[in-house]
Amino acid sequence: MNLEFDGEELAFQTEVREWVGSNLPEDIRDGVMNGTGIVKEQTIRWQKILHDKGWIAPSWPKEYGGTEWTAAQKYIFANELAAAGAPALNPFGLTMCGPVIYTFGNEEQKAEHLPGILNSDVWWCQGYSEPGSGSDLASLKMAAISDGDDYIVNGSKIWTSGAHIADWIFCLVRTSTEGKRQEGISFLLIPMDLPGIEVSRITMIDGGHHVNQVFFTDVRVPKANRIGEENKGWTYAKFLLVNERNGIAQIGGKKRQLARLNKLAKATGMEGETLADSRTYQEKMAHAEIALNALEYTELRYLAGQQSAFAPGSEASGLKIKATELQQSMSELFLEMAAYYSLPYNGFRDMDGVNEPPIGMPEFTGGNEDFLYGRAATIYGGSNEIQKDVMAKILLSM
Amino acid sequence: MDLSFSDEQNMLRDSAERFVADNCGVENLRTVRDTEDGFSRDYWKQFAELGWLHLPFSEEQGGLGGTPVDTMVLMESFGKGLVMEPYFSTIMLAGGVLRQLDECALIEPIMEGNLLMSVAYAEPQSRYDLFDVTTTATKSGDGWTLNGHKSVVLHGETADKLIVSARTSGDRRDESGISLFIVDGNAPGVERRGYPTVDGSRAAEIILENVSVDADALIGVEGEGHALLEKATDEAITALCAEAVGAMKVLVDTTVEYCKTRQQFGQPISQFQVLRHRMADMMMEYEQAKSLALVAALKVHSDDPVEARKAVSGAKVQIGKSGKFVGQQAVQLHGGMGMTDELSVGHYFKRLTMIDVLLGNTDHHLKRFSNAA
Repeated sequence: MNLEFDGEELAFQTEVREWVGSNLPEDIRDGVMNGTGIVKEQTIRWQKILHDKGWIAPSWPKEYGGTEWTAAQKYIFANELAAAGAPALNPFGLTMCGPVIYTFGNEEQKAEHLPGILNSDVWWCQGYSEPGSGSDLASLKMAAISDGDDYIVNGSKIWTSGAHIADWIFCLVRTSTEGKRQEGISFLLIPMDLPGIEVSRITMIDGGHHVNQVFFTDVRVPKANRIGEENKGWTYAKFLLVNERNGIAQIGGKKRQLARLNKLAKATGMEGETLADSRTYQEKMAHAEIALNALEYTELRYLAGQQSAFAPGSEASGLKIKATELQQSMSELFLEMAAYYSLPYNGFRDMDGVNEPPIGMPEFTGGNEDFLYGRAATIYGGSNEIQKDVMAKILLSM
Repeated sequence: MDLSFSDEQNMLRDSAERFVADNCGVENLRTVRDTEDGFSRDYWKQFAELGWLHLPFSEEQGGLGGTPVDTMVLMESFGKGLVMEPYFSTIMLAGGVLRQLDECALIEPIMEGNLLMSVAYAEPQSRYDLFDVTTTATKSGDGWTLNGHKSVVLHGETADKLIVSARTSGDRRDESGISLFIVDGNAPGVERRGYPTVDGSRAAEIILENVSVDADALIGVEGEGHALLEKATDEAITALCAEAVGAMKVLVDTTVEYCKTRQQFGQPISQFQVLRHRMADMMMEYEQAKSLALVAALKVHSDDPVEARKAVSGAKVQIGKSGKFVGQQAVQLHGGMGMTDELSVGHYFKRLTMIDVLLGNTDHHLKRFSNAA
């Protein structure tokens, strides 16, 4: 056993590094590296470049467009992309809905949806939470009532990321109110342009438009859009959650954040020196780096096929908890470092048409928005309290 | 020892809480944050009529001679209502400097509500050290010429006059050699760039380029401005701590209420032990913060400078820790709703995050506390 890459892996690393170096558009790299952020058009442009290369979905099976890379190759790939300043991909099609479709969908559904996900022509969002169903997702009520070859859908989804820029939504809907709650849920694909769908913006505490409430009023959806069997949607959703652990720790982005912290520390004065010379901050940075190492190698062990010694099956939950905690503590450290210059708000609100340069330190750009919206990370995707319940349930049933 | 509030203090709390409940809060915040001033001048006039602007000034100065505990009572109410008016910058910071002078013609218009002020103490390189000053004031004729960059001046854009710390002698990080000057906000050579702060309030970058002021613009003793500034900011910290305590009270109340109402898994989420314990922890963070905020208010004017400094910095550390826990957990327990601009929770959380930064964060005051003895 060793941690070194072998010759083939090193050659692969060089190949990826050189390719990204000459194919990642400058404006996209700058938006990621400088914290100014990127927009949908840029993500699509980058995803199409990856798609042309055949690298858009490394984890998918080869027959559906995947790469059949080893765990080490996937790790190298993710690391190289993040280090070069490549943006995160839209996960809703590529890591969430796509795998459900190729695993449980029929041939028509695969043919209809997988190409659009891979070439980024179709933008997806996820309809899970409802106003009364957050942590208790299985209590969801959005009704899909059978009407010939169609379902008539009524209800509402909330916290829907990117619904305002999406073409399709994959939804959990209630198709039965009998028996166990989990056994009356179906997995339904719905185009966002159907009559009866209304998207309502929810402004978050960073001033940004990330999420929405989506209202469905008598929306007629063909039954052909249902994935798998009726009332089996919960099983597919659970598959998706476990499958999602691939990359859930977002190690690459965190390494980039660590590098930005170091850059900010060097640019920031403290007691006549720079923050980077301060013992207090050196120790804080060391804590962050050690936590990142622990997270990275735990993820690597899992990706290499090892399981949790105590609760096999709970790996995604554990990674999600530690990853979001680390993300939040790193963004707090970012604020601490900027001191008074963490106070100016340069964010989204009322910034349309404003061309003045942001106030404060360029090294801190985006820091406030990351910190504020980052508070949602321990809430969404199953709150960390719920993840601990999942882990404890598996642990105690062993 | 007597830890009970006087009748006057109880009356002050009643009237402040009533005003805040009727007029302030998150709805008001959303309205005024998008205005040019970032606060209501009408409310400011009412503050004057209610005597709140007179509160901490001495009777000789025409004020009410209020103590830091009186201010604490008022600021705690302000914290409960997300008050946006520039009380902290005008009355606590600028007023806190001017109150120490033998005579000052600016105090009366301030108390009348006719003069807004702020103090420009921070600079891009200074972090939280009030003595780290590169802005210069050089003698020219009978007066002075100021040059430099002052950063994150609270309500700096709307301040009619500014108190600017500038170096009249010594090196960048010397405590001596700093003098304080009154500068007109509109004086030639003063460039102000205002912007919103993360909590929806306003601040400004202020660039001074060959700004000429008269000899009498220098307040206090030449080269001894740091002591004036430190005394004012210590008292201002006690006011900030009180504001934070008010904000935390609302967050604990709101979170308990929400958890009792919100149903998941067929029961109120307040039934889940992990959340019950979290709320118990939030409550104790609030209690400890309230205690040390009170100690700071009672000791800030102590004759023993070490005792005063430890009380102030100790309170700021506790407020930083408690405010972070209470703010973050209030958002967490509200789930997605806590993340929205619509609910008040996120706004209190942001205000607490901002208070931790103002006049020195937890790390800064931890160091100051341990160096105090």
